[in-house]
Amino acid sequence: MSGTATRLRELRDSGRAALVGYLPLGYPDVAGSVEAAKAMVDAGVDIVELGVPYTDPVMDGPTIQRAVEHALETGTRVAQVFGAVEQIAATGAPVLVMTYWNPVLRYGVDAFARDLAAAGGAGLITPDLIPDEGADWLAASDAHDLDRVFLVAPSSTTERLALTAAASRGFVYAASTMGVTGARATVGAQAARLVADTRAAGAELVCVGVGVSTPDQAAEVAGYADGVIVGSALVRTLLDAPDAASGRRALGDLAAALAEGVTGARR
Amino acid sequence: MTEAGPRGGARASDALHRAVSALGERGPLSDQSGPYFGAFGGRFVPEALIAALDELDTAYHKALADPAFGAELERLHRTYTGRPSPLTEVPRFAAHVGQGARVFLKREDLNHTGSHKINNVLGQALLVKRMGKKRVIAETGAGQHGVATATAAALLDLDCTVYMGEEDTRRQALNVARMRLLGAEVVPVTIGSRTLKDAINEALRDWVANVETTHYLLGTVTGPHPFPEMVRDFHRVIGEEARAQLAEETGRLPDAVAACVGGGSNAMGIFSAFLDEPTVRLFGFEAGGEGVETGRHAARFSGGAPGVLHGARSYLLQDQDGQTRPTHSVSAGLDYPSVGPAHAWLHDLGRAEYQPVTDVEAMDAFSLLCRTEGIIPAIESAHALAGALRLGPQSAQWGLDHPPLILVNLSGRGDKDVATAGAWFGLLDETEDE
Ligand SMILES: Cc1ncc(COP(=O)(O)O)c(C=O)c1O
Repeated sequence: MSGTATRLRELRDSGRAALVGYLPLGYPDVAGSVEAAKAMVDAGVDIVELGVPYTDPVMDGPTIQRAVEHALETGTRVAQVFGAVEQIAATGAPVLVMTYWNPVLRYGVDAFARDLAAAGGAGLITPDLIPDEGADWLAASDAHDLDRVFLVAPSSTTERLALTAAASRGFVYAASTMGVTGARATVGAQAARLVADTRAAGAELVCVGVGVSTPDQAAEVAGYADGVIVGSALVRTLLDAPDAASGRRALGDLAAALAEGVTGARR
Repeated sequence: MTEAGPRGGARASDALHRAVSALGERGPLSDQSGPYFGAFGGRFVPEALIAALDELDTAYHKALADPAFGAELERLHRTYTGRPSPLTEVPRFAAHVGQGARVFLKREDLNHTGSHKINNVLGQALLVKRMGKKRVIAETGAGQHGVATATAAALLDLDCTVYMGEEDTRRQALNVARMRLLGAEVVPVTIGSRTLKDAINEALRDWVANVETTHYLLGTVTGPHPFPEMVRDFHRVIGEEARAQLAEETGRLPDAVAACVGGGSNAMGIFSAFLDEPTVRLFGFEAGGEGVETGRHAARFSGGAPGVLHGARSYLLQDQDGQTRPTHSVSAGLDYPSVGPAHAWLHDLGRAEYQPVTDVEAMDAFSLLCRTEGIIPAIESAHALAGALRLGPQSAQWGLDHPPLILVNLSGRGDKDVATAGAWFGLLDETEDE
């Protein structure tokens, strides 16, 4: 049973969307990223998306690239994700790991799934793995009872929406616009259409990410999606802060404002 | 075409024979189509790109079936690229190979824009016109693919943006100026290792955002399907011409074919005409940099392991965490941590052999060709020449009943490398040094 889906349904039944917050492991350091994620949960984030730093993050814009480059330069290791997940999951929030595929391949797909499940992780979000290439991940996630969150995009055909919806577990991640992560002035109208199309293609739960950065945008998206995923804007609060403590405060302030936007949205 | 066929060469090793015949049962090696080459290839990219890759695949196969497309590409190659490129015998160079070897160079250096890259670029640019897109983006390392893309964009009236690692914009400054002269925008990439792999990351990010109007004109046989298959096909002309030209000159097939391997496009182009000929040994030479043992190299088959980068599963220089390892080569065009999936497949089959060539060996061969034959090669191509020098002694083990006949793909010319070579050999005035 999917822990993420359970949480999303509970929130839906209580009349609101979920706030999903992304932070990369290892920024400003591993312990600091755990503290930051906990602060985010305290401030109202419902589901945590913890990113594994990777040398070639082709779906990420400059903000997340910078944070991840720092995490790698300061020696963050992939296996540290499991300990971090365990600590963050202790807050009670479902923790999904966002990772490019090669680190998982290198670790071993089944071994990664096993260790993630043992750490209390909810599952994986895989930005460069489409279900078509994911046979071993489909098997491993079944074996270890993990969520597998695949992405859909405004360019996805109806057939691919159906295929992706059928392969996903937890929710389907709808990329709001064509492009990499990072703040945008507006969330495109195509996001609402994509959510509707993805539901029509068979997905029960659809969350929207990429380009959502302000409380107003979060409220708008919460009006039609099951969850609002915010990444770069949260990471930016940490990058811009003079030190870790003030970074966590700024992060908490933004997370609280986003949560207010999400909970205040009329559905 | 006058050609003697296999009688001209002695039998290659039994293993090689087995590799060829086992696959022959599943159709010719040279016609293998994507998305997978054995365990390699695929489409490890964001979902946002899948529709564009499907569109490209469809447009490509439609074009293949349309005689008008082939005729237009052939006309451009004849009247614009300057094809067929010559085949040149290099006896003074061959004397250094030993064993009485005869060595022939396939002169891709004489193509318009100075390398083999134009073969693929013109093919894809014609496809872009058919798909109705108005803008192309490209990555470039040595700058040759960027120059070829900027050239085709000027010719066919397309907007062009080229991503190039900042490190490469410095070592290939001449090509940056050429691209700008041709009207392209050159964007130096300042994140990561600032070389080819980071330029590809930026091109992919651009493509995800602009895929509706923009084609990513990928420059080698890497990346997601259909690129490895399509780019190979656009370079087949190298091998087809060389095979016919060599048959005309010698009445034989070569005993060995040597090419440098960055992403692997020039090698795949020349290999493709010989893949199903069991007497022809195929050698790919990768950048050994300062030596494989130093860790400062780009020798994927010596120091890498299967993994995924830029959309394909192949051999990859990666650390224990699956992070891409930094690479080094004196040649920007070979300085890439992964390699085309079809090469990984040929490697595992034992059909082609891949060896590292160090910076020093490549620069020695570079100098040797300059002085013995009056040809300044690209430093990339000099890796193939260094490989050929090694094949002389190795050929004693091949059991040939005649002196070895070696075909080398001279993938590009060295104009762009004059500054690097000048500094390497201490030929520049002191003020220009460093
Ligand atoms: C002259 C030349 N040869 C070879 C290469 C390597 O590419 P590939 O391995 O795809 O032929 C390059 C790439 O920039 C090049 O410019």
